[in-house]
Amino acid sequence: MLVAAVSYIPIFVRFPVTRDIPWANLLLFLAGGWMLAAGLKRAYGAPERYGGKVSGAVLSALALALFGLFCWGNFVFARHVPSASGAPQAGQPAPDFTLADANGKPVSLTELRQSNRTVLLIFYRGYW
Amino acid sequence: MAIAAISVDSSAESRKLCQDQGYTFAFLSDPKAEVIRRYGVLHRGAGENGRDIARPAEFLVDAKGVVRWVNLTDDIRIRARPEVVLKEIDYLQLPSGT
Repeated sequence: MLVAAVSYIPIFVRFPVTRDIPWANLLLFLAGGWMLAAGLKRAYGAPERYGGKVSGAVLSALALALFGLFCWGNFVFARHVPSASGAPQAGQPAPDFTLADANGKPVSLTELRQSNRTVLLIFYRGYW
Repeated sequence: MAIAAISVDSSAESRKLCQDQGYTFAFLSDPKAEVIRRYGVLHRGAGENGRDIARPAEFLVDAKGVVRWVNLTDDIRIRARPEVVLKEIDYLQLPSGT
């Protein structure tokens, strides 16, 4: 369960196939849940042989919380994006701007589209 | 074509990102989110300490400065993939050379 929860950002986000729908992580959660159920069945089915009734319950609760957090982050929080109703639409002029690049050198949109170039502007959240 | 990535990150932060990841296209710093606001893609209070940042968005601008294509995702995990943008450039018959 822990692997399923923490592997999304460092590993599976790198690949669009496993990022857009986190199926790899959901499969890992499924595997984790299956192992957890098997363990609980042992702990409660034959307590004299295996023990772990209390730790089993505690770990199950933690695992469920982790799964809940993962689902919330991916399916609720990630979709809290404000609408961009004020954004220029296709056919409208792109507002010109001048901003500093990574070396501190000012770059303008006019400059970017010089010599008949198409420009792709990518707005991103930052903090990488 | 030219690519420019815009965020509230400082030039120093972008420089580090480019060095770490080997990106060679322009990373533009908009610390006060002025251009981000002008493009209507502000995400109010979504950054560290309630700072205003950009919501993910992609715009294709032609050589005359006209917006030709806009991609506004409603999920921060899902962005335009390179092949989608290239297909759009082909479809719009925009020059894609450097």
